[in-house]
Amino acid sequence: MKEYSQEIRALTMRWVRRLSREKFSMLFTLVQPMLFWLIFFGNLFQRAADMQVTQSSSYISFLTAGVVVMTVLNNGLAGGVDLLFDKENGFLERLMSTPIHRTSVILSRFIFVTTITSLQVLVILGVAWLFGVQPVTGFAGVATILLIGMMFGVGLTAISMAMAFSVKSHGDFFSVLGFLSLPMIFLSSALVPLAAMPGWMGFLAQFNPMTWAIDAVRPLILQGWAEALPHVGMVIGVMVLFDALCLYGGARAFRRAIG
Amino acid sequence: MSRPVAIDVSHLGKTYDKVRAVDDLSFQVYTGEIFGLLGPNGAGKSTTLRILITLLNPTSGSATILGLDSVKDADRVRQTIGYVPQERAIDRFLTGREHLELLADLYHLSAEQAATRIPQLLKLVELEQQADRPAKTYSGGMKRKLDIACGLLPDPKILFLDEPTLGLDVQSRLRIWDHVRAMRERGITVVMTTNYLDEADQLCDRIAIIDGGRIKALGAPSELKIGLGGDLVSLTVREHDRVEQLAAAVKHLPAIRAVTATANGLDIRVDSPEKALPAILEAANRLTCQLEFIDYHRPRLDDVFIAHTGRSIKDDQPKTEDA
Repeated sequence: MKEYSQEIRALTMRWVRRLSREKFSMLFTLVQPMLFWLIFFGNLFQRAADMQVTQSSSYISFLTAGVVVMTVLNNGLAGGVDLLFDKENGFLERLMSTPIHRTSVILSRFIFVTTITSLQVLVILGVAWLFGVQPVTGFAGVATILLIGMMFGVGLTAISMAMAFSVKSHGDFFSVLGFLSLPMIFLSSALVPLAAMPGWMGFLAQFNPMTWAIDAVRPLILQGWAEALPHVGMVIGVMVLFDALCLYGGARAFRRAIG
Repeated sequence: MSRPVAIDVSHLGKTYDKVRAVDDLSFQVYTGEIFGLLGPNGAGKSTTLRILITLLNPTSGSATILGLDSVKDADRVRQTIGYVPQERAIDRFLTGREHLELLADLYHLSAEQAATRIPQLLKLVELEQQADRPAKTYSGGMKRKLDIACGLLPDPKILFLDEPTLGLDVQSRLRIWDHVRAMRERGITVVMTTNYLDEADQLCDRIAIIDGGRIKALGAPSELKIGLGGDLVSLTVREHDRVEQLAAAVKHLPAIRAVTATANGLDIRVDSPEKALPAILEAANRLTCQLEFIDYHRPRLDDVFIAHTGRSIKDDQPKTEDA
């Protein structure tokens, strides 16, 4: 157990070090969702969006939940990228040739991605707060939002790592990533409530786990516990299932690649 | 002669997607030697190496490393070996020292052990000056030295090197060879893959020539060369119709092993060039057979390779899984 924590600490520190050395990349990754989506998109659509439809006092307050979950989505789906590069340049082999527990590398990645995403979510909520969006459920609500984000993020990171271990080249990886990310956003309640979508899009969006996450985060920010709790209960159930599926698939891909 | 065996490979096989990358390999590596797996790309040598370092499970047969099974005792095998992958297996953003610190934790060294061993290794591979610069600023040779330091960090009994000098300039190559020899002096058994003949010839105590997933020849480079049957004298004859006559005359001369006709002359295997050459020239003179060109060389590892695989190591061949 002592050895296991020594390995995981060292491996997690490596991801932190890498991030801190890629300052520009870090800056853009962190700033992008806030700048593009929350500030630009949120303010841009302030008047175009119908408050009757969004059921909120401003579009930006409606959008905040979407941007939080989009951030979880993007970070999660990109969570396997570093492992992909490690696989391609042989660093992963070097790590796996040491007497570490076979799960350590993956676990370190989960810890890292989850931590970074949680920090980013906090920053997004902070920026939203500057635009007058205050989560009505307070600190407990923010903690619940983080929990939902973590649960969703774990499954997404598992998908990303499974892809990283399965693809033949990193070109394939980024193609799939680019292909997955935007449809996941458009076919969810991130930008528009389901009820206001064209029928077929609303239908598809129901099956998107992102919709479930957003529908729980949004009332935590806008409405209050009474409205939020049923959704929160639901999303936790859905995410347990989602994570189980993703982790199972991820474990299989990992075993095939490493074993 | 029974030397202590460090690695025992028995009927090893590995099949990927119906491709037999390694096919019924058996060999032993003796303690304290430098053992080379020589072959072209895709021959199966990297696959073999990956099985030995427990990164791949064989589909058939077994590999035993210091008495430990590569599959069943994988974790204990990993504790006793060091691995130096190909050049790019480096994290560009970490410094040399950070690489070693990371690995020290992965090998579960205590902070005190790491604090004494890491500076020693940096000194050994002459990277002290650059230890705190990110690896992206390193030259190819420096990366290789860092690789070797990483491989030596666990204080391994056996060190595995994958193509240790691939893509390096001549000077760095010679440096790396010195390092590898120094490891042997320290009593470390070294197993390396290479597709450079001169590297196998000059560095390795014994080599296995691998092609198409099978061992084609095994032994010390000098033995393999002797095994080819002596030094080679090649004659180019001006009048091609005289070749047969000359062959008949040469065949019975002293110190001649074998004579084969080639397109425009003869290839003669000789035991001792000092005796054979004058006799051959005299025979040619006697027959007034004019020689255009005489070439004499000791068998090189190239010749061994061609003799056992039927082609040169540089020849292209369909690439199988060797990534």
